[in-house]
Formats: sequence, structure tokens, C-alpha cells
Amino acid sequence: MSRTWTVATVAGGLLLAAAGPGAAQAPIKIGEINSFSGIGAPFTGPYRQAVEMAVEEVNARGGVLGRKVEVIFRDDKGQPAEAVKHAQELVEAEKVALISGTFLSNVGLAVSDWARQNKVMFVASEPLTEAVTWAKGHEHVVRVRPNTYEQGRMLAEKAGRMKYTKWATIGPNYEYGKRAWETFRDRLKELKPEAQIVGEHWPTLGKLEAGPFVTAILNQNPDALYVSLFGSDWIAFVREAKKRGLFDKTFVVGILLGEPEYIDPLALEAPEGMLVTGYPWYDIQAPAHKDFVARFTKKTDKNPVLGALVGYVTYLSIFEALRKAGGTDTAKLVATFKNLKVETPTGPITFRAIDGQSTMGAWVGTTRLDPKRGVGIMVNHEYVPGEKVLPSDDEVKKMRGGS
Amino acid sequence: MSPSLLLIQGLSGLAHAMVLFLIASGLSLIFGVTRIVNFAHGSFYMLAAYLTYSFAAALPLGPASFYVAVVAAALATGLVGLVIEVGLLRRVYRAPELYQLLLTFALVLVIADVVRLGWGTENKTGPTAPGLAGSVRIAGQLFATYDLALIVLGPVVALVLWWLFYRTRWGVLIRAATQDREMVAVLGVDQARLFTSVFVLGSCLAGLGGALQVPRQALTNVMDTTIITEAFVVVVVGGMGSVPGAFLAAILIGVIDAFGVLLLPKASLVMIFVVMAVVLIARPWGLLGRPEAQARSAGGSVTAEARAIVPAPLVLALVAALVVVPPFLPRFHVLVLSEILIFALFAGSLHLLMGTGGMVSFGHAATFGLGAYGAALLLERARLPMLVAFALAPVVAAAGAALYGYFCVRLSSIYFAMLTLAFAQIAYAIVHQWYDVTGGDNGLLGVWPPRWLASPVRYYYLALVACAGGLALLAVIGRAPFGLTLRAARDHARRAEAVGIDVRRHQWAAFVVAGFFGGLAGAAFAFLKGSVFPNYLAVPMSVEPLVMVLLGGVQAFAGAAVGAAIYKVLDTVVTWYTDYWQLVIGLILVTLVVAFPRGVLGVLAERRRA
Amino acid sequence: MPEVVLAVDGVRKSFGGVHAVDGVSVALERGEIRALIGPNGAGKSTFFDILTGQLRADAGAVVFRGERISGLPPHAIWRRGISRTFQITATFGTLTVLENVQVARLSATGRSLELLRSAGHQEVGRSAELLAQVGLLEQADRLAGVLAYGDLKKLELAIALANDPALLLLDEPTAGMAPAERGALMALTAAIARERDLTVLFTEHDMDVVFSTADRVMVLHQGRVIADGTPAAVRADRQVQAVYLGDDL
Repeated sequence: MSRTWTVATVAGGLLLAAAGPGAAQAPIKIGEINSFSGIGAPFTGPYRQAVEMAVEEVNARGGVLGRKVEVIFRDDKGQPAEAVKHAQELVEAEKVALISGTFLSNVGLAVSDWARQNKVMFVASEPLTEAVTWAKGHEHVVRVRPNTYEQGRMLAEKAGRMKYTKWATIGPNYEYGKRAWETFRDRLKELKPEAQIVGEHWPTLGKLEAGPFVTAILNQNPDALYVSLFGSDWIAFVREAKKRGLFDKTFVVGILLGEPEYIDPLALEAPEGMLVTGYPWYDIQAPAHKDFVARFTKKTDKNPVLGALVGYVTYLSIFEALRKAGGTDTAKLVATFKNLKVETPTGPITFRAIDGQSTMGAWVGTTRLDPKRGVGIMVNHEYVPGEKVLPSDDEVKKMRGGS
Repeated sequence: MSPSLLLIQGLSGLAHAMVLFLIASGLSLIFGVTRIVNFAHGSFYMLAAYLTYSFAAALPLGPASFYVAVVAAALATGLVGLVIEVGLLRRVYRAPELYQLLLTFALVLVIADVVRLGWGTENKTGPTAPGLAGSVRIAGQLFATYDLALIVLGPVVALVLWWLFYRTRWGVLIRAATQDREMVAVLGVDQARLFTSVFVLGSCLAGLGGALQVPRQALTNVMDTTIITEAFVVVVVGGMGSVPGAFLAAILIGVIDAFGVLLLPKASLVMIFVVMAVVLIARPWGLLGRPEAQARSAGGSVTAEARAIVPAPLVLALVAALVVVPPFLPRFHVLVLSEILIFALFAGSLHLLMGTGGMVSFGHAATFGLGAYGAALLLERARLPMLVAFALAPVVAAAGAALYGYFCVRLSSIYFAMLTLAFAQIAYAIVHQWYDVTGGDNGLLGVWPPRWLASPVRYYYLALVACAGGLALLAVIGRAPFGLTLRAARDHARRAEAVGIDVRRHQWAAFVVAGFFGGLAGAAFAFLKGSVFPNYLAVPMSVEPLVMVLLGGVQAFAGAAVGAAIYKVLDTVVTWYTDYWQLVIGLILVTLVVAFPRGVLGVLAERRRA
Repeated sequence: MPEVVLAVDGVRKSFGGVHAVDGVSVALERGEIRALIGPNGAGKSTFFDILTGQLRADAGAVVFRGERISGLPPHAIWRRGISRTFQITATFGTLTVLENVQVARLSATGRSLELLRSAGHQEVGRSAELLAQVGLLEQADRLAGVLAYGDLKKLELAIALANDPALLLLDEPTAGMAPAERGALMALTAAIARERDLTVLFTEHDMDVVFSTADRVMVLHQGRVIADGTPAAVRADRQVQAVYLGDDL
């Protein structure tokens, strides 16, 4: 066994020697754990490419604090325990300055709890569960992407001002689906007390057999349907729902469904007229963003997706924190992330001192088909910054309870 | 419920059922004749879906492209089946049956990465079926034309299969072989060719199922694992080897699933497993299955016990090294060592069931998960001290095992295995959905040992005491009258009964003991990782110890530990170097199975004897 | 009056309309050695399976030493003192010869659920004694799965004797053995039975073995007893002769 490791270490060392273009100092290592295989895999590829792009760019400009940045990627296979093992290895053996990444909420929570226990900085990039920064939050974790609560609220603010009163929902049977609905529903009822819920459907994640669910929803005859399905479940649902006329009868609100990772695979089958949160990269006029899109497209030959933006922003944030902290000391990083302001391609964001949640927002808009590109896009969209929907410090303190 | 709703929901269920039938009939056939539990069947299904996607895009035949692509993909999958059967499976037919299972598991890994390499990881939306893409109005509601076509196609395929079985000589042989494999060999039939033909036909059916899903479902990298459990459920509910049974069971499952959405929406995660458990408890050989001619346990083909092949001095030296060396190792190595110890115990506890007892469990993760959750809940909810929670957790697991083991030991071979799976899935669903207590899929966090135990080396010593101690106890139990009696019951249940052994009672006791130690491993794992999640009870967690036991050699108790060490080191190291760890590990496993067709220790023992 | 060890009354068993055992009644006295003969398919093995609980009779009663045992599971019947061997030898293939007997002894002494004491040194003496009785002691350490056929039959006998049974049921104890061996094994069996005052019921195709060993012979044909008496009487029975036409009676 130990020989294997010796061989591994030596081989790793050789690779490093070959790769490092003569940085005077040892590079700053960052451990990136994500679901490159398994259930999260469809969404982590572009994320990784954007991370690589951010690192290449920063290194081309001389790195951070005069040191090159090196990211070590580890595949958590969609399993929390596997992610924890990687975190241990990255910190113990690779001596990374901090851990970053994760896509699935429970993987994010497992790594976060490990980071709390071991006093390691963890920059959660994509996991959506609110618990990361609130109920299970602590000072060693920050999160980049706007969480379920924020996105649910953004949609409710709009939907609650529409005419629809009979609501149903369908979402994957796990925490994300449930919370995506609850936060939306609660705000909806505040705005529109007469709203009634006629049906809730929770198919198993990744195993949606759409027919029976579409029948059940049609039978409940809602005016509007709130959808938190995504990925393959969403595709299967769209196909069946279209054939059965569901979209003709029912207004659809879809959390995340305007993100290119979910709308692009549908090509011209994407439903029109849905109210969604998403990422209309094709329409964002900020020069920095246009530049980001151009560089990403040049590097990968693909459009950016939200995961790519989040990956890029995550690493810009990490670089900024390292710079401000003047090194890799964890205590300094923890302090630096409080109120850390980062310039991103879509504007400045701040990591809130109270909970480490970034104020990165999302775009809310309506879907329409773009025959030219052959995919669905968002129109009439509006950027909602995190500040507009995030709870106050007092509310956060309450959610964090005594801990 | 209005009649039109009933009708439409019934039709929806039937469309799903027909796809299930296609896949399950192939799986059932393959098992019936060759006794291979083909985990890779779902991989064939996935491969065919992707092939259809590419063929349809590449063929210049206009609207016909899709249909030609479906047929071509099904045939191509049959060809893949041919290559795999002739090139690999044939080499291990003489090994104990379970090694074919290990090989098919390796193929699952390989094919998963082949698909990843070939088509990427993004979800894909395949073509719709030209001419059938719309919908028709039935009883006032719209219904997908394509689903209607599937409802017609399913019975047509069933009829073709019926004709093959009942109107051709080949069919006669297949039916004979399903009943009694040895008899066909005696009849002078070329068994190799018969097996090949069945495997190819089965693969084609999986391929057809996958190809026909393209217009209904998205293409994903995890299609294989999502379908395979469901397919096994259908096969087992119908009765292994029975194509009519698969047809009936597919309809049952499809329709129950569809109405479950209306009636018991919260139970969707677990519905089909409850159905399977109920069917198996009422009919131990499925709806239309028959008891095997000679009721063999799935592990019963173990030929010789590899005894004392790990010399005592070696074991002592190893234990001494495990005690002395870790403080001098890097901390991460110590953590991995802890994990290996935990999995060695987990696999060792499974070995008591499948090696000593001849009972192959597909649901051993339940014990691991119950131990892990038991520990976490006792710590966090009951506020017990960590060491007390640690000590009590295995009792929780043993109690759980006693509960479901009571039903499982009434069955044998693959039915037993699938009932254990059903109970594990039910436990998984409970843990997954009982948010107030278990935290649902977000799991329970903060399950850490107290400060004085928290350092990797200190916790390692606790894990060493628990796991090495557990393994030692298991070894003692294996040699005690109980272990000897279990082996006797495994070798010949009838004979055992005829010397006063209450076989079920002993198997049940084995279940409880294995549950205890599986739970101990789970508890140790919980505190190592600091958190517990529902996936500790999920199928992959049941497959892992199975693979470890087989890899090491099912005949020898030490095989479990050897297999755990090999597998965990591979798993840890390979993922550092490549994203395509499934391909690499899969190929290594294939090589190991072909080189060591009785497990590493089994073959080493034979070499020594020779 | 001699003690009746086993009383069977009107036992029936049919499989899908075929009457395998069709109203068999019989009483076995303590210490007697009785042969049960009949052509293949006469119902002998089915009858044995009913007596030992492997099959459940459709009708009728089996009373052993005054206790009704029909319906009990095989292991419970064995505990009451009925032991058997199988037509197709049934031993524990991956266990050594000694362990085969040990398992039965551990079961007989109620220790089969013991978890923490090594089985290696338990019941060795008594098991070795049984092996010595059937002449297998030299092979004690071999795996049962590699034994020669005749030795397997002996091993089965040793296993069957492990609980000091009152009634021994032997289903074709010499089938597949060389003629010389057959006589020897049955002589051995008979000697052991007499020494222990055992009641024995055995089926056998070799008529030499039957008539040289049995005190009484019972003939089963199509599930019914067509003759039951001394060897000489049965040999002279016309119906039996008709059934066995061509056989060397």
C-alpha cells in the first residue's frame, strides 16, 4: 500500500515539475471537489472549464500574490462520503489552501460540516440548499450561487402579482424540490392570500415516468404549475406535457429552467411563455460579461451556461480573498470573506458578513423560442440582485439558532 | 376518479410497462438459461439509447431514419452482447456463479465510461418518432400516440417470443435449460452456443427497450443504474426465467406506479419495492416462476473451503503493523486505512451471510445505514455520549436485520437477494423522506467524535479496535458450532434439516449477527465522515461489499478483508489520476476476474494446493 | 408384547392427481429391521419423506413412540429420534468427514447456535467413534465432497447415527456400490442396529441384501402396500412376483 503511495507521490511530483512554468515560489493549491460523474455530471463539465479558464487567466497575469495558482480536481461521484475523503486528502496530502466546489446539496453540506470540524475554508460554489449558509452555516463556509430560497422568492414576487390562483407543483422528491416549492408558496400566499394549492407531486429524482404525473396534474386542473424538476426529469416531463396539452392550459413557473444547462438540451421543444429564473448570457450587455462569453466560447467552442459563470465567479472570489488575506492562512481567509467585495463579469457581488452568502443574483424572465439558434431563450428578463431577496441579519441569526 | 381518468392513467401505466417488459424479458431469459445475474443489462439499455440517438442523426433516410436507427441500435447491442459473452463471460462459466455477477458489475463500470467518452456527460434529447410524435384524443383527453404504439408493440414482441419458445426447437431447448441446465448438457446440446444465442437475444431486447425510450426520455449517463433495479424487480416479481411472468409483472408494476401517483403520491420512491416484497412473501418464486429443480442457494456452488490459507504468523504480523505503523504515516493515509478497516468489517459481515451461509444479499447496505443512522441519532437526538452511541448502534442494526431477515430467510437464491434489496430500499425511502428525524437527503451532520478522539490517528485506533475486533469475532463465529452449522446448511439444506438443524432459524440468526457487524461498520463510518446520508443505504453501498467479498474470494473469510483493501485502494488511487476511474477500475476488475476466477485468495489457495 | 416404535395410519400423498402414497398403514416394532421394497416410482422415497417431515401427507397419521409427529418439520422429527439417509447421498461437501458428524452431534446436543467457542474440539471423541464404527476414521480429515461413493454412504450412516436415534430410515443405503461392499455395509448396519436395539426401515433394490438383512419385508406398489411379512412369505407372494416379473426373485 505504502509503496503505491510512494509511487503516486513521486509521479505527482514529476507532473508538477513538468507543469509548473518556473514559478519562483510554490503554487497556491486549491482543492476543487465536484460531481464529475454520477447524477451531477451533466452540469459540472462547463463549470470545470470555466474554473480552468479563470486559473489560466490569473496565472497568465502572474498569479496571485506572485504565486501561481493550481487547482486539484476531485470527483465526488455524487456521494457525500467520497467528497469528505477527498477533502481530507486534499488538505492533508496536497496541502491545499482551501476547498471549493460541490454541486449537490448534500455533498455541499457534508464538506461544509467537515470544514467546520477541521477549520478549513470551504467556498461552496453551486449547492443550492439554504442550509449551507443558514441552518447549518458557520464561519468557515461561504456560498456563491443564489440559493433556493432566493430564487423561489424572486419568482414569487412576480407570480404573486399575476392572476393565477389555483396552483400545483411538481418537483424532485428531495430537499431541493421541497424547499424550492415551500419558499415560493409561502411568499405567493403572502402576496395573494386567495391562492390555493390543488396538488403536489414528488417523483423520484432522475426516474420520472412522466405520463402518470401529467394525467394527475391535468386532472387537478390548476391555472398554474410550479416546476422544480430539472435535467432529464424536466426533458421527459416537457415531452409528455406538450403532447397532452398541459402547457396550453396551464401557466408554468420554473425555478432554474431558464438556465442554459436545462433549456438548451430541449432545443426547439422548450416550452414558451414560462416564468423562469435563469441566465440569459446572450443578452447581458455589460462589456466584462461580453468579454467573458467571448473568451469562454473561444476556449471551449461552446456557449457558457450558468455553471460556467458560477465556476468563474467562484474562482475570482477565491483569488480576491487570497489577495486581500495576503496569504493562505485560514483564519485570515475567514475574516477576509466577511463583506468581501468581488468584481464579476456581471457586476460586483459581496459575501455577506452575517452568513457568507454572496449577493450574486439571478435573472427572472419569460421563455421564448429563438429559431435562429434553435433553442429556448429568456425575454423580458430582469436581473434581481441577491440583496433584494435575502433575509435580514436578524432573520439569519434566528435560522442559525443557538449554534 | 372519473372513468376517463382511470382509462388514461391505465394507458400511461401500460406504456411504461411495455418498455419495462422489453428490458425485463431479456434479463429474465438470460438468468433463466445461463444463471447470470446480469448487472450490465441496464448498460446495454443505455448504450442502445445513445446509439439510436447517433444513428438517427447520421442516417440520411428522412423520417425513416429513426425507425431504422431503433432496429440498428437493438442489433448493435446484440452484437455487443455477443462479443461480451464469447469474449468474457464464457471464460468464467465454470467459476462459481457469483463471479459472473462480478464480471457484469465490472462491465457496468466500463460501459458507463465508454458512453461518457463517446457522448459526453450532458443530458441529450433524442429525436421523436416521425408520424407518432403527436397525440390522439381518448375519452376526451389527449394521449401520446407514441405511447399507444408502445402498448401495441409490447404484446407483439411478447407473441414473437412466445412463438420462438413454443414453436421452434431452439425454444424447446431454452425452456428445458430454464428448468434444468444439467439436463440440457446431458442431451448433447451445444451448451455454449445455446448460452450465446440467449445472451444475444437478451441483449437485443435490452437494446430495443433502450432505443424505444429515446422519444420519451432524456439520454443521461445514469440511465443504466436507474433502469437496472426496476428491471430486476419486474423479473423477480414475474418469476426468474419466465417471459410471461415478466409481461405480467411489468404490467403490474407499470400500472401500480401510475395509480400510485394519484393515490399515494408520497410513496412513489418505494412503491415498487413494497409490491415486490409483498409478492415475494406471498409467492417465493414470483408470480409465474417455478422452484428450481434442485433448490440451490446462489452461493451454493462454492466448491471447496479455502482453509487457513492465510497463515497465522502473517495475520499476527499484519495486526502488529496496523498497531505500530499508523502514528508514523501521513494523516491522510491513516484516514484511508480507517476506511479500509471499516469496509473490511462490512465485507466480513456480508461474508458470514454469503460465504458461510450461502445467502447472497443485495441489501446489506441496510445494516450499514442502520448502524450509521443509529449512531447519529443516538448521539444527536438521544444526546448519548459518543462511545455509548457507537456501542448501541450495532444493536439497532441487528434489530432491523432481525425484522426483515425473518421474511428473507424464507426465500432462496436470487429471490432471497431481491427481497433483501427490497427491504434495503424501503429503509432507504424511510430515511430519505422522514425529514423530521433523519434530516432527509440532507442527512445528519456534526456526527463527530469528541475532541479527545477526533484526531485521525486516535480515531483510527478506535476503528482498529472495533473493526479488527469485529473481524476477529466474525472469524471465531465462523469456526464456532454456529458457523459450522451454517456451512452445513449451505452445503445441503435438506441434509441439515435431517440432522435436526432448523435451517431458517440459523439463517435468521446469521442475519442478525451480520446485521450487528454491518451496523458496527456503519457506526464507525459515520464518525469517520462526521455525517450520515441516505445513500449509505442505497444500492451502490450494497454492491460494494459484494464486490469486495467476491474479489477477495468468497471461500475464505480473509477474502473479505483482502477484497476490501484491494477495492478501496484502487478506488482511492485511480480517482486521483483520471476522470475515467470507472473505465480503469472496470478493466482492472475484468482482468482480475478472468485471472482469478475464484477470487484472489481462492485462486492463490488452489495454486498452493496444486 | 413388543413395543411399537412407529405406527403409520392411512397415509396418503398425491402430486397433481398421481397417488404417490395411497393409504399406507404400517407398524414397526422395536429392534426390527424391515425392508421396504417396490419398483421405481412405487412411492418409497415419498413415504420416507413423509415420515421424516420433508413432505406433508395429504391424509393419515404418523405416530412415533406414542406421539403424533405428522406435520412437524424435519428438524423437529429428528430431535424426537428418527434419523435418515437419502437415496442420492446427502452430505456436507465442503466440510471434512469429521465435521460432517460433528455438525450432527452439535445439533443433537443443542449447541448449534453457540457463537464464541471453536467447534474444532467439540464432540470430536464421539464423532470419531461413529466414524470408526463405519470404518471412515482414516478419512476423517478429508473433505466430504471428494469421497468415493461407497464412503459417502458410510458417512451418511455415521451422520444418521449421531443423535442415537430410535428409528433409522435408510433410503437405498447401498445403491451404486459394488456388490461385495453392499453386503458388508448392510451387515455392518444390521450389527449396529442390533447392538443399539435400533429399529430400521430401509429401501433397497438389491434383493440379496434385502433378504439377507431384513426381519420383515414390505412391498409397495403404486403407493399401496401389497405385501408385508417374513422374507419367505413375501418371496412366495404371487402378486409380488407379478410386480417384480423378470426380477431375480
